[in-house]
Amino acid sequence: MITFVLKGLLRDRSRSFFPVLMVTAGVFLTVVLYGFMQGVLGDLVSSTAKYDTGHVKITTRAWRELADQTPNDLALMNGDAILAQLRQQEGDMLWTGRIRFGGLLDVPDAEGETRAQGPVAGLALDLLGSDSPEKSIFPLEDALVRGHLPREKGEILISEAFAKGLGATPGDRVTLIGSTMYGAMAIANFTIAGTLSFGVVALDRGMILVDLRDAQAALDMEDTVSEIVGFSRDMVYSKKKMASLAADFNGKFSRGEDEFSPFMVTLGQQNGLEEYLIYADSMGLIIVGIFVAAMSIVLWNSGLMNGLRRYGEIGVRLAMGEGKGRLYRWMVFESLIIGLAGSVAGTALGIAVTRYLQYNGLDFGSLLSQSSLMLPNVFRAQVTPASYVIGFFPGVFASVLGALFAGIGIFRRQTAQLMKELES
Amino acid sequence: MAIITTEKLIKRYPVGSGFFTALDSIDLSFEKGEFAGLIGPSGSGKTTLLNIIGALDSPSEGSVTVLGKSVENLSQKEAARLRNHHIGFIFQTYNLLPVYTVYENVEFPLLLLQMEKSERKRKVENALEWVGLTDKRDSRPSQLSGGQSQRVAVARAVVKRPELILADEPTANLDSENSFNILEMMVRLNHELKTTFLFATHDEKVMKYLRRKIRLVDGKVVQDEVIGKGEDGHACS
Repeated sequence: MITFVLKGLLRDRSRSFFPVLMVTAGVFLTVVLYGFMQGVLGDLVSSTAKYDTGHVKITTRAWRELADQTPNDLALMNGDAILAQLRQQEGDMLWTGRIRFGGLLDVPDAEGETRAQGPVAGLALDLLGSDSPEKSIFPLEDALVRGHLPREKGEILISEAFAKGLGATPGDRVTLIGSTMYGAMAIANFTIAGTLSFGVVALDRGMILVDLRDAQAALDMEDTVSEIVGFSRDMVYSKKKMASLAADFNGKFSRGEDEFSPFMVTLGQQNGLEEYLIYADSMGLIIVGIFVAAMSIVLWNSGLMNGLRRYGEIGVRLAMGEGKGRLYRWMVFESLIIGLAGSVAGTALGIAVTRYLQYNGLDFGSLLSQSSLMLPNVFRAQVTPASYVIGFFPGVFASVLGALFAGIGIFRRQTAQLMKELES
Repeated sequence: MAIITTEKLIKRYPVGSGFFTALDSIDLSFEKGEFAGLIGPSGSGKTTLLNIIGALDSPSEGSVTVLGKSVENLSQKEAARLRNHHIGFIFQTYNLLPVYTVYENVEFPLLLLQMEKSERKRKVENALEWVGLTDKRDSRPSQLSGGQSQRVAVARAVVKRPELILADEPTANLDSENSFNILEMMVRLNHELKTTFLFATHDEKVMKYLRRKIRLVDGKVVQDEVIGKGEDGHACS
């Protein structure tokens, strides 16, 4: 009998090919939509963590209060000792110190007069250290557009867009005009080693990267950093793990009455990201949920239409002596095969396209030119373990549900009524 | 021995707030091997009676016994089993399963009986030979003429050798020649296999072959006429 049913299924395209196509399309769209949302959310968290918040960040308590002003007069002293201790105690994390600073970058002409000048958002990283974790955190080589990475003291990197705006090229000498952590004017000369494009609008607009030691010297911040950021080595943010780490650190080292004592916060505790993550997760689930529900209704309707279209066949089979229960079970079995075939095809196709978007992405840079969020220009999808099931089960479930309801509708009619409709 | 008996059979359908009586106190009895027909105008209750005898419908009142089973007391499963094992149906519109070949259409009732493949093959080939369609075994219904389709339907009805075949307007969609061929075939089956045939028809061509005519008007039997009797005294052709 199974051969008989499968033959019918394969030969009748409107009973197999089109329903399978419909399930495939629904599952495919669900998988791609889910993957794209996961990718965008993941990229946002990842970019924000790398460039700004870390998975955890240590500053002084006072800095934390005024973080949006980058108050280097409240920076964290004894940075090297704290880093050494962290690297020893929390070996499964990457730790690095950074200085954030603002100022003006002056590009002189041949006579030494100002040719161009622009405000900069400076970030000092350990660019020259042989074991610097920044090399694995910041994709500097990938982001390099012109020139080379700093090889010696006094060399800086500047964003390509900013360099173009200033008319500066690698090899040019530039002057940073800022203030020391004690409030005095700081003036330091640097050589542009290379230009970078991070693919993140907020960084590409006016960012310069300076070696940490150079910045400490220029800003009079000996053994001092604005912040120490920590990342789990697998670069996956775990809210629970980081919260535990922060609580442990603060319990040991942070003193409430001392505004200069170090204080560790997690990624979620910065810039309202915790609420954002919850909100984004909820929105993602709602959008995917609505999509899955709509798909289920479409597939249910398809099952119903398919069942109704086969009224004639059902009537004949009942007349031949096939039991209603048995016929019902075969209809559900057919829908299961259709659901499985469509779900496998839709999931495979969806994963393939999601994977393509994971590596190539969609460029929304022109829409984000004024954004100050750490949003990448290229939005990428992400294949997660959930991608394999998010469309698969609704695809199978909706197909079977459609057949179940269609069958009930059909079998509620008297057999004789079916026969009459069959004859008409 | 009677293989079909109806006693005070009444069938009512709800219409609005009242009921429409399709069959009114029908008392009939059919013996094995009969070649009988329910005749009468449209709406007289022929198909309703045929459906009840075929356990596709149940009576509102009275009793119907088919091959020793009380139709009114049958569960759906038992009714399906009765149809599966003992009754063959032939429809006006053939109702062949369009995606299956002639062979597979005829084979279908045997699949429901869970018969061995070799036995199925033998019986299907036998039935196709009976109706003269051996050369069309791999054709689809869409490739057949009306007459050929109805012959396939006959083969499908007889392949399991049922005691009773119910035929609802079997020649209504056929021309004279095809009607003649089909009816001759049914007469032959009735003779050789002793299969009981019960028709619902108002086709004059069919009526000529019937050995017993039961005229229904407004759900009542107004005439029960035996035209010819077989060697055993029953109304067979």
